Formats: sequence, C-alpha cells, structure tokens
Amino acid sequence: MLKVFSVELRGKVSEVLSLYVTGFLTYILPPVIVIGIVYFIGKWKAQRLLKNQGVAKNTGTAANALSLHSRPPYHGAFLALVSFLPAVIVFCAWSIAEGPVIKGMVNSTLPASVGELEAGKQDLISSVIGTVENGLKKLDQKELALLEQAAQYDKEVNKAAAPVEPEAIRKLFEDKNIILAENPEPYVLSAALKSRSFTQFSTYGKYTLFVLMSIAAFMIAYSSIKLRLRARNGVETIVKWFLILASIIAIVTTFGILFSVLFETINFFQIIPPSNFFFGTVWDPRFGWGATGGDGNFGQYGFLPLLWGTLYISFVALFVSVPVGLFAAIYMSEYAGSKLRSIAKPALEILAGIPTIVYGFFALVTLGPFFRDAGAVVGLEINASSVLTAGFVMGIMLIPFISSLSDDIINAVPQSLREGSLGLGSTKSETITKVVLPAALPGLVGAVMLAASRAIGETMIVVLAAGIAAKLHMNPFDALTTITVKIVNQLTGDHEFGSPETLVAFALGLSLFIITLMLNVYALYIVRKYREQYD
Amino acid sequence: MVATHIVESEAPMLDKKLDVNDQDANNLAEAETTNVDPAKKSTKITSEDIDVYYGEKQALFGINLDIPENSVTSLIGPSGCGKSTYLRCINRMNDVIDICRVSGTIKIDGNDIYDPSLDVVELRARIGMVFQKPNPFPKSIYDNIAYGPRIHGLTESKDELDELVESSLVKAGLWKEVKDRLAGPGTGLSGGQQQRLCIARAIATKPEVILMDEPCSALDPIATATIEELIDELRTNYTIVIVTHSMQQAARVSQRTAFFHLGKVIEEGETTQIFTNPQNEKTQDYITGRFG
Repeated sequence: MLKVFSVELRGKVSEVLSLYVTGFLTYILPPVIVIGIVYFIGKWKAQRLLKNQGVAKNTGTAANALSLHSRPPYHGAFLALVSFLPAVIVFCAWSIAEGPVIKGMVNSTLPASVGELEAGKQDLISSVIGTVENGLKKLDQKELALLEQAAQYDKEVNKAAAPVEPEAIRKLFEDKNIILAENPEPYVLSAALKSRSFTQFSTYGKYTLFVLMSIAAFMIAYSSIKLRLRARNGVETIVKWFLILASIIAIVTTFGILFSVLFETINFFQIIPPSNFFFGTVWDPRFGWGATGGDGNFGQYGFLPLLWGTLYISFVALFVSVPVGLFAAIYMSEYAGSKLRSIAKPALEILAGIPTIVYGFFALVTLGPFFRDAGAVVGLEINASSVLTAGFVMGIMLIPFISSLSDDIINAVPQSLREGSLGLGSTKSETITKVVLPAALPGLVGAVMLAASRAIGETMIVVLAAGIAAKLHMNPFDALTTITVKIVNQLTGDHEFGSPETLVAFALGLSLFIITLMLNVYALYIVRKYREQYD
Repeated sequence: MVATHIVESEAPMLDKKLDVNDQDANNLAEAETTNVDPAKKSTKITSEDIDVYYGEKQALFGINLDIPENSVTSLIGPSGCGKSTYLRCINRMNDVIDICRVSGTIKIDGNDIYDPSLDVVELRARIGMVFQKPNPFPKSIYDNIAYGPRIHGLTESKDELDELVESSLVKAGLWKEVKDRLAGPGTGLSGGQQQRLCIARAIATKPEVILMDEPCSALDPIATATIEELIDELRTNYTIVIVTHSMQQAARVSQRTAFFHLGKVIEEGETTQIFTNPQNEKTQDYITGRFG
C-alpha cells in the first residue's frame, strides 16, 4: 500500500517539477540568456574601443579623452537596458490596452438590438462570448466548421430553419465540460470567432513589434557606444526612474482605492441622507426595493452603534495588550540577558505570525465558551460572543505588535542616558521609570496608536467573536458589533449591488479609512518628532 | 521601589562598614606613605590585579594602580588600551555589560567594592560619572540636577533642594548661564553647557569620587578650557579620575598620570615626571606622538 502510494506520489511530484522546469526553460531562461548576451556585447565593444586606443588598462584620469568614461560593465548594462526597455514598455502598454480595445471592436459587431438590452443582460452576453472564445480551443476541425456554419445563420435574412440549433452548440460545449449560461445566438458565435481572430492578430502584432523595436534599439544603442559615452550616468538615470515608477504605483493604488470607495459612498448618500448615517442610533437596514415592495423605506443606517462597538472592543483590546506588551518589551530590552532575549523575543513574535482567523477560532471555540462557563460559575451571565471575548483575543493578537514596536523604541533610547542614571546611583527600575520611559514616551504613544488603528480595522476576530448585534450598551459581557463586521455582512449577503444595504459597506469603509488614517498620521507624526530628538 | 528596599535591608549598610574599616584604611594609608613619595596624598582608590574579560577576550591584564585623594589622576593611552574599561570598573559600570567579567580587587577607602555584600547602587551614589558625550536626561535643567538628590532623599524640603541645585550649578560654573531658564529642557543647552550640566548633576549627589570618561572629546576648545578650569577647582573637594586622549589636557589638569597600553599600565607617576622624564620607551613614544 505504502509502495503504491509512494510511486503515485513520486509521479505527482515529478509532474509538478517538470511543470516548473518547463516553465523556467520557456519563459525565464531565454530572456535571461538574450539579455546576458547583449550585456556582454556592450561590455566587449567598450573593452575593444579601449584596446584600440593602445591603452591596456583604463588607468587614465576621469577627464582623459583617451580613456573610457565608464567602465565596460556599465556599457554592457547600458546596452542591455536601452535595447529592451522601450520594447518592454510598449509591449506592456499594448497588453493592457488590447483587452478593452478588442472588446469594443467585438461589441460594435453585435446587432443593434443587443445595445438596447439592460446592463446586466449585456454583461451576460459578453461573458458567454468569452466562454465560447475560450472553448474554441477544445473543438476539433469538424466541430469548428459546424460552429462557423451556425454563426453565419441570420434569422432576419434566411427566414429558414437554422441549419444548426443553438441548443446543439450548447450541447457541443457541454460535452467538453464547458457550461454556457444560455443557448448561444448566432451573433454570439460570430462575435466569439471574431474576437478570437482579433486576439490572434493582436498577439502576433505585439510580439513582432517587440522584436523589431528591440533590434532597432539595440542597433542604435550599439552604435552609440563610444569611449566618452556616459553609460554610467545613463544606467543611474534608468535606475532612478525604476524607483520612481515603484513609488508612483504605490501612491496611485492608494488613491485608486480611496476614489473607488468614495464614489460608491456618494452613491449611497444619494439614497440615504448623511444625517441618517452619521447621527442615527439605530442600525436596521431593510430590503427597500424587494421586501417592502419599493415603498422607499430602506430602513435605518445608524453609524453610531457600530462606531461604539468598534471603539469599545478596541479599548478592551488595548487594555489587555498595552500593559502586557509594554512590560514584556521592558523586560526584553532592559532585564533579559542576551541569551534569553535571543530565544524569547522570536518566540513572542511567533504570535504575530498567527493569521487573525486562527485567533478568531480560538475566541469562538475556546475562549468564548470558557468565559461563558466561568461566568456561570460566579453567577454572571456572559455571552459566548461578547465584547470581552473579542477584545481579549484581539488584545492577545496585539501583544507582539506592541511589544516589538516598544522594544525597538526603548532600545533607541541612548545607552548613555541609562548609564548616566545608573552612574548617579539609581536602581534599574528607577532608571527605567524616571529616565528611559519618559524619553521613550512619545514613541510609545505612537506605538499604541498604531496598535489602536490595527484594532479598529481588525476584522476576522470580531466577525467570529463579537456577534452581529448593533446595539448601544456598556455591558462587556454582551455581544456588540463593529464597523468591519457590518462591512462583511453587507457585502457577503445576497443583495443587489446598487441597493443601499450593499452600498452602505462603502460608506462604512470610508469612515473606517478616515479614522485609521487620522490615527496613523498622528502616530507617525509623534514617532517622527521623537526620532529627531536623538539623531 | 519595593525591590530596592529589600536589597537595602539585606545588604549591610556601606556606611557601617566604613566605620569598621576606617581604622584599616588609615593604617593602609599610613603604611603607604612610608615607602612611597611623601608628596603623594593619601590613597583613595587602590586596584590590585584587575583582569577584565569581554567574553573570551581579555581587555585588562593585572592592573595595579593607586589613585590619591583630592587630586586629578589622568589615564592616557591609545584607543582600545583599556583605560575606559578600567574607569568603568571603579563604579562597577561594567556590570551593565552582560559579557563583561572582572576579577581582582578595587578598594575605595579600604573597602572592596566587588564584595558580594556591597550594594552597587549605594556605591555609585558615592561615585559620580561624567561621560564622553554629554547625556542630559530629557527633562528640565532643574530636574536633571535634582534627579540624584531626589532618588537618594538628600534633601528634606523644597527649599533645601533648590539650594542644592543652585550650589551644584554654581560649582559647575553654569549657574549664571541657566538661572533664568531652570525649567527649560536640559537638551536645549549647547554642548559645553550640557557637559557642565552633567558635572553639576554628578556633584549634586555629593560624591567623593568623580570619574570622567573623555569629558571634552565632543567639545570645542573654548568649552574645553571652561571644563578644565572647573576640574581644577573641583580637585580640592573631590578625587577625580579622568580618561583623556589629549596629552595637553592630561598635562594641564592632572597631578598624576597613568599610561595604558594593550590592557596594561605601562607607567604611572607624577604628571610632570611622566611628561618630562618618562622611564618607559613606549610612554616616551606615545607622549611625543610617535604612535597611538
């Protein structure tokens, strides 16, 4: 049995491995080789230029007209970068643009009647076209001919019975394990065929252009390699632009997310007045169009109970994590010997590596019932999902976060301050409470704020452990809910996307974003101010 | 705080111990005056066979050094020769470093400071220390000075504390410059002022010994001159040990000089003698700038 299994396993492993090896040989190795060759060509040309000058080694001063401006490797790198970079940029731009362009071209071939259908229906047709197009690969010659025949049939022109029923085409695809959402109309089939040919054309064009551009750029760059070519500066400029590009992507993504949420929020506020949202104390969304028959009663979207729940649970979490995390950090950085520290610190940080959903399990399965039973023993009624459970588990999650941040901050307090204090005859704890902690205080406040913003944005733990009751109460043993829980609820339900009970998720998301953003900005401001002190 | 009290009550009070050993200390001092240069003052700190290890690496090799009372002793030598390490042995600041191990005995007024029953916190209260870089606490100027007195309960009332702060600042020559801004931050002072603040802070705890670890290395010549004058004034009341890289400074401020090299004391004696007539070739090379 074991043997059979091991043979099977070996087969599987070798299959996976060969997949990786083939992938590497086809997609990674050839470009690397080509780029390498171009690099060496550039380097070699620079070396030869130098040799032709009769100078054996590049020993001339920097300003010497007879010496190379840049060392040969820079010429190689310059040649490789200049040869391929423009082509790569054009290739990427083409790849991004081709999808929408082809879709537009295909859509323009659809009959006018399709354009009059509602948006959802149009999307459906597009997706069927896509599925058919992907399915074409699996058809053999004969089946393809059949499909082409079906595609040419036009009800309006022929007025005769269709040679191939759409039903039959659907059956054809089903046999290949491709499920179509509806029977494909002839225009759908013809659109799929066109789409395929456009895509093929675009792919060929893309690769051809890439090769041609690379060759042209290579020739120009190769002929530009001269003794005094500033290849080193050129490489520097290209590197700089790479880094700028990376920063731009990060910033643009942030704004992209912000704006997409913002627009949906505006849509929400066109249906529900902001006063209902921001000052409402009742959370009770209803199916405004479906269940109540479109009487315009969408229910109430009071944000305050959710904000209260979020802040309350975060407060409990900080109440647990700040003392424990801070004291652990003080012990680690001030008392623990280097041996203990090298073991205990990573051990504590393992906590940070546990996915929050696992903390959620822990809260749901272990801690919640434990609190409930413990409460029953002393005569307290504690809900299994409660503020206490969620806050406590979230606090445990935050301990390593706080302790490792605080540890860094405490370590950043100069040793000279500690020695100064010890030198005056103070004990270790006097030194810590009177000198080290006051010096580290701004940084520690920043760390706590970062932890607070994590607690406010934390989702999985509260989804599993806090409950879904949006209420305004002070009882830590009862369930409360948070902004993040309601976002999950509103988006995972079976609601229509344009309805307020879905859109409210974006309004909640934006509110959450603004709260945590303000906290983060303030925390960073404090941390930075603190850093300047000891530079 | 609780822990401190326990330690204090368990360890024999240093002062009591002092009374017991006073006789010995005097005997020792008398014994020394008979066979050493009669001009030398009574010995405050004696070191016998001090070895220091950082992990496996030995930093000091059998240091024997006597430091006289109420005078300035300078420790000179090239970087890494162990002079700072030795200085930090005197107030047991090396205890702070995990891997550091000290053997041998250092006696202050005849009491072994590495005696296990000795309270290191109390020891450090009697020995002020001034560091290479000025290290004022991130507190007000007043609180910086009041730090030590408050911890040790040296004053009974607010007025008394005010007085102590003032007198310390006066002794450190800083009073005129800061008397109007005692509530301002200590870190807002200039480098030289900060270093004098640190000296005032050390004085406020009423120490007997002041250790200075290259106190002027981060200062400009004018601030250095001020500090040197200050050291000269302090000499009458305190035993001062100063580590310095500046030979001129050693010659200007100290009465005795010890030359360290590769973890050993190569030569020690009257400053004038070391600088004018060194007995050892290495000392001569170092002070004439041929190496180091």
